[in-house]
Amino acid sequence: MIRVENLVKHFGGVKAVNGVSLTIEEGTITGLIGPNGAGKTTLFNCIAGAFPPTGGDIYLDGERITGLKPHELFSRGLLRTFQIAHEFSTLTVRDNLMMVPGEQPGESLWNACVFPTRAHTREKEISDRVDDIVDFLNIKHVEHELAGNLSGGQKKLLELGRTMMVDAKIVFLDEVGAGVNRTLLNTIGDAIVRLNQERGYTFCMIEHDMAFISRLCDPVIVMAEGEVLATGTAEEVQQDEGVIEAYLGGGRKVAKNTDAAS
Amino acid sequence: MSTDTINALVLFANFILVPGITYGSQLALGALGITLVYAVLRFSNFAHGDTMAFGCMFTILTTWWLQSMGVSLGPLPTALLALPVGIAMTAVLVIVFDKLVYKHYREQKSAPVVFVIASVGVMFVTNGLVRFIIGPNDQQFSDGMRFLVRARDFKKATGLDEGLTIKLTQGLTVVIAIVAMLLLFYFLQRTRTGKAMRAYSDNEDLALLSGIDPKKVVITTWLIVAALTTLAGVLYGLDKSFKPFTYFQLLLPMFAAAIVGGVGKPLGAILGGFIVAFSEILLTYAYKKLIGYIAGERPETLVQLLSTDYKFAVSFMILVVVLLWRPTGILRGKTI
Ligand SMILES: Nc1ncnc2c1ncn2[C@@H]1O[C@H](COP(=O)(O)OP(=O)(O)OP(=O)(O)O)[C@@H](O)[C@H]1O
Ligand SMILES: [Mg+2]
Repeated sequence: MIRVENLVKHFGGVKAVNGVSLTIEEGTITGLIGPNGAGKTTLFNCIAGAFPPTGGDIYLDGERITGLKPHELFSRGLLRTFQIAHEFSTLTVRDNLMMVPGEQPGESLWNACVFPTRAHTREKEISDRVDDIVDFLNIKHVEHELAGNLSGGQKKLLELGRTMMVDAKIVFLDEVGAGVNRTLLNTIGDAIVRLNQERGYTFCMIEHDMAFISRLCDPVIVMAEGEVLATGTAEEVQQDEGVIEAYLGGGRKVAKNTDAAS
Repeated sequence: MSTDTINALVLFANFILVPGITYGSQLALGALGITLVYAVLRFSNFAHGDTMAFGCMFTILTTWWLQSMGVSLGPLPTALLALPVGIAMTAVLVIVFDKLVYKHYREQKSAPVVFVIASVGVMFVTNGLVRFIIGPNDQQFSDGMRFLVRARDFKKATGLDEGLTIKLTQGLTVVIAIVAMLLLFYFLQRTRTGKAMRAYSDNEDLALLSGIDPKKVVITTWLIVAALTTLAGVLYGLDKSFKPFTYFQLLLPMFAAAIVGGVGKPLGAILGGFIVAFSEILLTYAYKKLIGYIAGERPETLVQLLSTDYKFAVSFMILVVVLLWRPTGILRGKTI
């Protein structure tokens, strides 16, 4: 579905992504883990068109999408959420969600004036969808609040809600779970699985919570220092020596060092 | 209330209130254009004053043509009939400039200052166009009925010493400005395209990641700005007269208005328009007669804080004070 070949992204001297090649298979929930500063978000940004990569190529269903603009990717069904939640702070939660689907008839002045009913039918459809989503994500009580006033966790939920507004092909989730409480995290997990199974969304998610990753993701890709360290099931990567050293088990490494010292 | 107090009130209304409200509405419409460009396209458009002149010019040319054809609106100025042509031509102008100039910098994600400099270039070109087509001189194009309330009739009817004059163009300015503002707010708050504009202004990255088409947002913004500027220009021209240089000078009070209110906030632009207009008038008005009515004795001097020659300095002072004291403006601007 998504194929990344030898992707490189440098910021001045910082090699944020340094030759990453990976594939995300259709229908999977792929996890992407790695220490802070590993380049995970940068990789997402390159794929989602936030900025062009320094080098390398990205393919969506075999078609080269390197350097396409975010809205062009959006119309091809590639969606993403942000690690630091983005929202239209001066619009209500409801309007934030209503904004997502493109090509609404109400958008053209011509349609709005000449075929108001057409615009209304479509708007009703979208509005129904919003109703379902705010219910589902437990943010119904704040749907008329300005999105800027939401709590950090609620903003994360709004991010996820946005991806549910359209029929996406693939969704990139950048730490949707961070800052969301346990029960809700499980609900979000269930939502992701359901979207995956019922609507056929493919997911690629960055997350630091290993339990959450183990529950949802197969395969899991581990990145460190701008490179892919390992790929496999959650168990496999947790057993991987390199991964343990770089990311999971600081403990073992420290233990080794103390051995050497004594 | 004594006659003197009533006379003082009428004097105040005639020389401060009525002109202030009129001028304030004109500035507000102008500042709204500046604020929208700032909020959505993210730069300070220095070409705004000359764009206003351009729209007014085409309205004047069309008015003359209509007059030569014998068309008129009776008591209303013929310019109202010509207004749509002026707006359409301005829309073409700003969209052509957007395609030729600003689009390039938008794609390069240039810094705001680059846009500002580009807009200075656009300003010179527009200014040249206007002078080339209609010349640098004063043009009168107001026709139809002149007064809603005449000083002489007012005095006769009330038996007061002071007269009240309200010109038709002043009444029109206020009515049209109110209608335009209400439409604008309805559009921004209620329609899908208006919300898309606000969303784009609020968070461009996210807007690009939703179904919001940036091209449509940009075009819509320019269309609205063209309508607002032309309206402001024509109303100002009808009320005073049309002279390209005056429109360039209006840039300062319009920017002051946008910034005082909180740049990027439509409501702020309106508020700012009236603040600047009233400050200008209150500071340059000679209070001699007014004090005479209130105190019962006229002072020797004119009691004028600033000569009218300095009226543009008032905007400048307001700008300096606001930027020092509260740079975000009254409504804490940035986005709509
Ligand atoms: N816009 C930028 N400009 C300069 N450097 C950047 C930029 N974005 C990221 N970097 C650098 O690239 C490296 C990778 O950052 P990135 O955000 O991709 O890490 P991450 O894997 O998402 O980390 P985390 O788990 O903390 O979110 C970091 O060293 C960071 O400083
Ligand atoms: Mg990150």
